[in-house]
Amino acid sequence: MARRKSTRGPLDYGKSPWLILFGLVTFILLYAPIAQLIAFSFNDSKRNIVWRGFTTKYYAKAWNDASLVEAFVNSMTIAVMCTVVATIIGTATALWLWRFRFPAKSAVEGVMVLPIVIPEICMGVAVLVLYSRVGNWMRGFETGPIHWWNELFSVWPLNLGAITAAHIAFSFPFVAVVVRARLAGFNREFEEASKDLGASEWQTFWNVVLPFMLPGVIAGALLSFTLSLDDFVITFFTAGPETNTFPVKVYSLVRRGVSPDINAASTVLIIITLVATIIAMRMQAPSKIEG
Amino acid sequence: MTSPIISIKNVTKRYPGVVAVDDVSFDIMPNEFFALLGPSGCGKTTLLRMIAGLETSGTGDIIVDGQNMEGVPANKRPVNMVFQSYAVFPHMTVRNNVGYGLKVTGVAADEIAPRVEEALEMVQMGAMADRKPDQLSGGQRQRVALARALVKRPKVLLLDEPLSALDAKLREHMQLELARLQQVIGITFIIVTHDQDEALSMADRIAVMEKGGVRQIAGPEELYEKPHSRLVADFIGKINLIDATVSGTSKAGVTCLAKGLGRVVVPHEGTASGSVSLAVRPEKLTLSDKAPSSDTDISARGVIRDVAYYGDVSNVFVTCADGLELAVNVQNDRAAAGLLENGREVYASWHPSDTLILEE
Repeated sequence: MARRKSTRGPLDYGKSPWLILFGLVTFILLYAPIAQLIAFSFNDSKRNIVWRGFTTKYYAKAWNDASLVEAFVNSMTIAVMCTVVATIIGTATALWLWRFRFPAKSAVEGVMVLPIVIPEICMGVAVLVLYSRVGNWMRGFETGPIHWWNELFSVWPLNLGAITAAHIAFSFPFVAVVVRARLAGFNREFEEASKDLGASEWQTFWNVVLPFMLPGVIAGALLSFTLSLDDFVITFFTAGPETNTFPVKVYSLVRRGVSPDINAASTVLIIITLVATIIAMRMQAPSKIEG
Repeated sequence: MTSPIISIKNVTKRYPGVVAVDDVSFDIMPNEFFALLGPSGCGKTTLLRMIAGLETSGTGDIIVDGQNMEGVPANKRPVNMVFQSYAVFPHMTVRNNVGYGLKVTGVAADEIAPRVEEALEMVQMGAMADRKPDQLSGGQRQRVALARALVKRPKVLLLDEPLSALDAKLREHMQLELARLQQVIGITFIIVTHDQDEALSMADRIAVMEKGGVRQIAGPEELYEKPHSRLVADFIGKINLIDATVSGTSKAGVTCLAKGLGRVVVPHEGTASGSVSLAVRPEKLTLSDKAPSSDTDISARGVIRDVAYYGDVSNVFVTCADGLELAVNVQNDRAAAGLLENGREVYASWHPSDTLILEE
């Protein structure tokens, strides 16, 4: 009777009050800063220290800050362009790896996920080095016959091309991995049944393969959207003076102290990211995978 | 003289290191229920998939209804298949699954609806037309797969181990239902199975396959009663195989010297020589505690080693002289009561005409 300790199994940690407390503290430490950030975006004070009453005026202030809005619009534009391209490339890569056997396939699969594991700072430096080379090369055309090329790429949104390309490079492997995982559960007999019933290769792809992998494609797209939207490091290395993104802009503002309008803008970003993530997780729910 | 609906001519399919199908030739007649029977890895599924066009790069000719299938892709062949996993499309309703094969081949929408309805009625799934596959049981999914193939009105329906995923009761029910369906629709069914009971109970003719080759093609009764080889005899049902040496042939039959039995005379058409096997089905043997009065019967004295009780029958194993082991099927009637005890001395006997001489 005295040895109650032994009645608890190794995974029954939910019954231990100390572990519950530990979990609670961890939870609070993780989420309190975010909660505070959101709460103080409604604080009627210039400083993020004392609560002075409710207001939404900083949302208006952020909205009226032209450079902040521009950075925000840039971020959204880059994210959308990146998502479209990364989803197409990532899905195509996943299909290719799933469908075909070729020499050194496992090596290709390994190299493909490199952008996921390489430290972001290294990616940032690498992309910077590449772009400065390309930049030097393109400057050579400044007086040449394709001078229009450089001018074209200084027009919005094409001036965001450099950042977008870098974002595509690091986010498409995520799409590929998610879609590939989804395709791993595809029963080849679905494809054979479709052909047996008279469908062509393309009809089979549109009617059977694509619907099956669609949840993975959507999840991958939303993943690349959020990755692109909040990327700081790689963007910081590739952004020019004319092309600010929201995270980079916030960083430059914060160096002069955090004002509530940054809180407000960050809150908007959090909500957008959160919604995209929730949809992505819904799409990947196990019940859907079993289909 | 009707012409065959399917002619298989010298069909061979090699994989690296293995010959999956080894120079197979046979014909299947219209309206036949044909079974490809064999242990796993014998090439039966490969052959079925070659007929469907899902397996290519084999050699030989497959002729369906007079048309050589060489170079005809799977989606243009007049055959349809029920897959082992059923492969019912998970994102479509039952109705759309069944209609799929008509839709993709450009059948008009107002023709699709009644044909789908008809096919679903045929497999008694009309009430479930709007369900998704994950709301169906295994047996129901199989019916959908059947309806989906039949709605295309194929000349031949191919079934790949269709009953292997079902439990015993349901399997028995579906065996009867498939046989009924085949008679109602009147098209050729080719079924692949490793289950000899399934093949015997449903098929008109059975091809026994082993190591890529066809060993015997015959109706169920002939295959059971007159197997050509030890392999077929052993694969179809249970059989006692007794080593023997032929010592002479006369009008009465072949005289052999058999292990544990001594000199026996077995009626046999044709000739036999050298080492052979005497084959006799366990249900042809009778057990008695007295020596049989008829001296025409073949009999062996032995001791009951084991009794396996199955309710209606018991399988009795008798050890005789020379280490000869005989399996005997005994009806559990009054005569058997009291006789079936381990260690009891008995006589196992049978009529010579129930014995087969197998040379291969």
